[in-house]
Amino acid sequence: MSTADEGRPRSQTVTIGSVLKWARRYSVQLAIVAVALVVWLLFLIGSPRTFLAKDIYISFMTTTPYFALMAIPVTLVVITGEIDLSFPSVMAFGMAGFDIVYLATGSMWLGFITCLIFGLAAGYLNGVLVVKIGMPSLVATIGTQFLWRGVVLIITNGQGLDMTKIENTGLVNVLVGKIGGVIPMQFVWTIVVAAIIWFFLNRHRFGANIYLTGDNIESARLMGVAVGRTKTLTFMVTGLLAAFSGFVVSAAVLFFWPTLGEGYLLNTLASVFLGGTSVFGGTGTIFGTFVASFIIGAINAGIVAAGLTGFWTSAIYGFIIVVSVSIQTLLGKRLT
Amino acid sequence: MGNLLELRDVSKTFGEVAATHNVNFEVHQNEIVGLLGDNGAGKSTLVKLITGYHHPDPGGEIYWRGERIDRLTVPKARELGIEVVYQERALADKQSLWRNIFLGRELANRWGKLKIAEMRSETLKLMHSAMGFTSSAITPDSTVRNFSGGERQGVAITRALYFKAELVILDEPTMGLSLSETKKCLDFVDSIKRAGKSAIFIDHNIFHVYPVADRIVVLDRGTVAGQFMKNELTLEELIERLHHVAETGDLDMKKRSEK
Repeated sequence: MSTADEGRPRSQTVTIGSVLKWARRYSVQLAIVAVALVVWLLFLIGSPRTFLAKDIYISFMTTTPYFALMAIPVTLVVITGEIDLSFPSVMAFGMAGFDIVYLATGSMWLGFITCLIFGLAAGYLNGVLVVKIGMPSLVATIGTQFLWRGVVLIITNGQGLDMTKIENTGLVNVLVGKIGGVIPMQFVWTIVVAAIIWFFLNRHRFGANIYLTGDNIESARLMGVAVGRTKTLTFMVTGLLAAFSGFVVSAAVLFFWPTLGEGYLLNTLASVFLGGTSVFGGTGTIFGTFVASFIIGAINAGIVAAGLTGFWTSAIYGFIIVVSVSIQTLLGKRLT
Repeated sequence: MGNLLELRDVSKTFGEVAATHNVNFEVHQNEIVGLLGDNGAGKSTLVKLITGYHHPDPGGEIYWRGERIDRLTVPKARELGIEVVYQERALADKQSLWRNIFLGRELANRWGKLKIAEMRSETLKLMHSAMGFTSSAITPDSTVRNFSGGERQGVAITRALYFKAELVILDEPTMGLSLSETKKCLDFVDSIKRAGKSAIFIDHNIFHVYPVADRIVVLDRGTVAGQFMKNELTLEELIERLHHVAETGDLDMKKRSEK
């Protein structure tokens, strides 16, 4: 199984052997693309009218980024061998920072920057709990998930924030406007975020440290890798992008609800695991998570298009997580 | 011969347990030091102190080429030229061969951008010149998960060599190796000597240590029980002394005869 999307010198001639080598090397990525195609074909057969029209794809590009923006950094955390379950609350926590500053100063930009800083701080706290205190990340981030949700409710007194005054401002247009009236900007931002994180994971020393930390933490330590700093940074990137996603969602609907983020946990994690990132750490790709996010988005739309009730979504996401992780575990057993 | 490495009164305690106690230990330039001791003698702790993984308790001092190193860290030790071949080989199983060769010391530009093509081509060269990998099934992109014990050893040793180590520490390098792989490993220790470098060779198996070591240091219960030049003792005498150490914690046979 390949662990990273790494470039290599191109040979002059293409042989069957080199194609097979390439296919083996990118087996995870090819598998996820195959899954995407199968899911798409099934929906196309099941509901051709919906899936032959462009509206459904615009809809994917509008709503999938809300959780894809978090699934991408959560992939980094999972590759290090940890997990983050606090990001849905961090979406709201960041927006609570915006709420306070915007109401106090009237400055949207100051509020936006505060939102991102709150996200970074929440991620840093997760890093401290896991790295410095030594808490298992599962427990630490369940704790902070409840902590931040509670803090948000206390700060806002359970009241939402009307954001219609910032409608059509430069920031809102850049984040959630539409290119040519069609392509949603949040989709563009998801591609930008995926590209930046792909670069750091595959082409930068930070990414090398992420893979090594998750693969064999003791070896990484013995070889001088700063494993604690690496883990903390991945939590901070997740916190930052959760807050960013929180702002994007709120800007899209021009309202901030203190319950923002609820309902994003399952589809985000399903994207990470369906994308081939190992729950045991050490392997995973941004490409896999990116494609899987859109599969998950499509499944959501497909459930509605197929005439099923929304109650099915939770069961299906749960099923996807269980099946993805089971396949990884069985493959892992076969390889060792 | 000048001292390459020197430890003065180095202790390391974990809670109530003293893993090493007032250890004085040195490695000269172009010297192979055999480090012997039972389980729990403090060998692994000593290695981790030398490599900066553990920091000595206050009062202990570490010198490199005569200069005191205040706070030795793993990256600092590797920068100085101290490389270790760990008994568990310290490899990342799910990663490629080239990532393992450059583990923790990836070739990168000043901004941290990896030089992947360079690392891959260096690995390819090393596979033929140093690791002796002849199978076409192994490429720089192969994951090391399915490598044999000898192949893993080859990776760990090559890694140490590549970074032009001045001092190579081999922590039980022959553990789990076949006879031919063990011979390769011992030849490697010889090659370190021939290249003018130094090594600390730690092994349970005295028959492996004795032929390649210039000097033998015996650790027992966290302290240096004694040390001697190899030409002072035959292998049989050494075995007898090690039995004595196990009984008394001291290498000095005279004490036993006085008793």
